[in-house]
Order: sequence, then C-alpha cells, then structure tokens
Amino acid sequence: MTVTETDRPAEIGSEPGSETGTLTVEVWRGKDDGRFQSFTVPHRANQTVLDIVTWIQRHAEPALAYRFACRVGVCGSCAMTVNGKPRWTCRTHVGKVAEDGHLRIEPLRNLPRLKDLAVDMTPFFEKWQAAEGRFHPTKTRHDPLSTISPSSAKRKAADAGIECINCGVCHAACDVVAWNDDYLGPAALNRAWTLVNDERDGGKRTGLDAVSRSGGCHSCHSHGSCVEHCPVGLNPTRGIAGLKRMSLVGLLTGDAG
Amino acid sequence: MIEVRLYAAQRLSAMVLAPLVIAHLILILLAVEGGLTAAEILDRTRGSVGWALFYGVFVLAAAIHAPIGLRNVIREHTSWRGEVVDKAMIGLGILLFMLGGRAVLAVVVG
Repeated sequence: MTVTETDRPAEIGSEPGSETGTLTVEVWRGKDDGRFQSFTVPHRANQTVLDIVTWIQRHAEPALAYRFACRVGVCGSCAMTVNGKPRWTCRTHVGKVAEDGHLRIEPLRNLPRLKDLAVDMTPFFEKWQAAEGRFHPTKTRHDPLSTISPSSAKRKAADAGIECINCGVCHAACDVVAWNDDYLGPAALNRAWTLVNDERDGGKRTGLDAVSRSGGCHSCHSHGSCVEHCPVGLNPTRGIAGLKRMSLVGLLTGDAG
Repeated sequence: MIEVRLYAAQRLSAMVLAPLVIAHLILILLAVEGGLTAAEILDRTRGSVGWALFYGVFVLAAAIHAPIGLRNVIREHTSWRGEVVDKAMIGLGILLFMLGGRAVLAVVVG
C-alpha cells in the first residue's frame, strides 16, 4: 500500500521540520498469523519511530492498533520491535535505526500478540507478582519515617535498578524468556533485586524464595541482552547476579533454602 | 530451594572439573606424544592412590555437573517438563558415576 502525504495541520506524529524524502515502512498487521503491510511515509528531521506509526494510523490505516501514552520515555507503553530489535519507539530516532530508508516494525517478542503492534502485557506483570515485585510494608502511617542513608551499599544497589519504566524491552530481548516459559525475566528479577535491597521492605525472605524457584534468577545465562537493550540504561544482569549471590549466601547461612 | 542447591552444585562441580579436565588433556597429550603403551600406562596407574583419587573425583564431579546442565538444556529447548525430567537426570547421574567408576577401577585396581 502506498500513501502520500496531503495537506494537514501539525499534530501528534507530524514533527515540524523539513521533509527529507520518504521511508518504506513495513508494519505487522494481524495477530500470530498476520502479515507485513508496506507504507510509504514522509521522512522528517528528528522523527521518531512512534511518529511514523502515528502518521500511518492518522493518514494511511486508521485501523492500525498500537499502544502509547506519554511520548517522552516515561510510561513504557510504546515498545515495539524495530528492524529486529526491541526499542522504546517514542525516543528512537528514525535516522538512527532506518536501514537504507527502510523500517520494519513488529510487536514485542516473548509476549502474546493482540493485534498489529499491540501485545498483551499480562504475563509480563504476572511475572512481576510471581517474583514478589511488590513492597511489603513494615510500618504504619503512625510510625516515624525510616531514615535510609543514600550512600549505604544496599540503597545504592536498589537505586541502580529503580528507574525501570516497565516497557518490556528487556523481556523481549531475553533469549531465556523465549526458551523457558517459566523464567521470570529480567524486569521482574530486577524489581525483586531493588526490593531485597530496600531496608524498609519486610519481604526479603519471601522475595528470595520467590526468585529461587524453578524459572527464577538461577535460570539466567548472563547473556546481557537486557543490558544491551534497556532504554534507560539499567543493568538487570547485575541485579540477577546479585540475587544468585544472595540466595547462595542464604543457603550457606540457613537464611534461605 | 532445590534450584539454589542445584545451582551451587553445578558451580562447585565446575570449579573442581576445570583444573582436572586441563590436567587430563595434558596427560593424554603426554601419553600419546611420549609413546606410552597401554601396559606402561597401567603400570603407572595400578595401585596408585593418587590416580584413583584424581579420576574418582573427576568422575564424581562430572556425574554431578552434566545432569544439572542437561536438565537446563532440556527445559529450555524441549517441551519435556516436570518430575520425569528430574528423575531421568538422577538416572543419568547414577549411570555416569557407575560407568566412570568402572573405568577408574579398571585402571587403578588389578
């Protein structure tokens, strides 16, 4: 399908800036048994991949399904596979990823496809819960606030992984997730690592038990795909290695296992 | 947690195996390059507590290490799951230990 741009006002997905030719964009349509549909899209300066997808929906294919919200790299909604790699599309400049004016956009890997570029994130968040990726309070609102030193080793370890935006890019990049349905995945384990290092959290033992089951942290092969692709520069592999160490120490001290 | 124990066992057995495998490979090269006959090798190994310990530990570490690794490979690359995999891997470990143990006995006893 070929679409040419017509006169239109500035809007979401139409970056101001001079046009610099066109892009050939192949977009996945349908669910598992879908196909790629090709669009010709005007190429502008500073254009993001999300701009491209939005342009297609606004001007060429209104039925195109995709997910986004903030458009500024905070909400973690818009991750897709772009030219074979998982990326946050709102902060991925076309100029950096297009190959000879060509883009291929698919839904994220390792999650059930819903329609077109939208995947079902339910298994992703279920794994967060399975990894005890939630805070376990130890105080009430009547207690004084905990005093946590920002320079303590534990707080530094937690801070290193705390900025996860739940985009699912690491989950899609991970081969072990692809191979083993039980594997909790880098995002859930990274979350667990921040919690077992949070001195205010009362669920350390529960958390360590949760990540030490079949499909837990010990399934990680340390390939580092999560580190390579994480859009906010986190290092889940390091956190997972920390969980492995912590579980071994727990085994030796009788604190876990 | 069984997974932590298996993880620890596989890492520990790997640490034991690494130097033993290197020594074993060097031994093979020396024996072949040096032109030792089977009889000459058996002369050195028979009745040797050192060789019995060296290869006894080798076999034990391999019998622990290999089934744990294979269990992971099976669970990642096949649809075979559950207790039956664990039982099969325990069987493999016992088989490796018996076969290896038999070979060790054959060269150090007699």
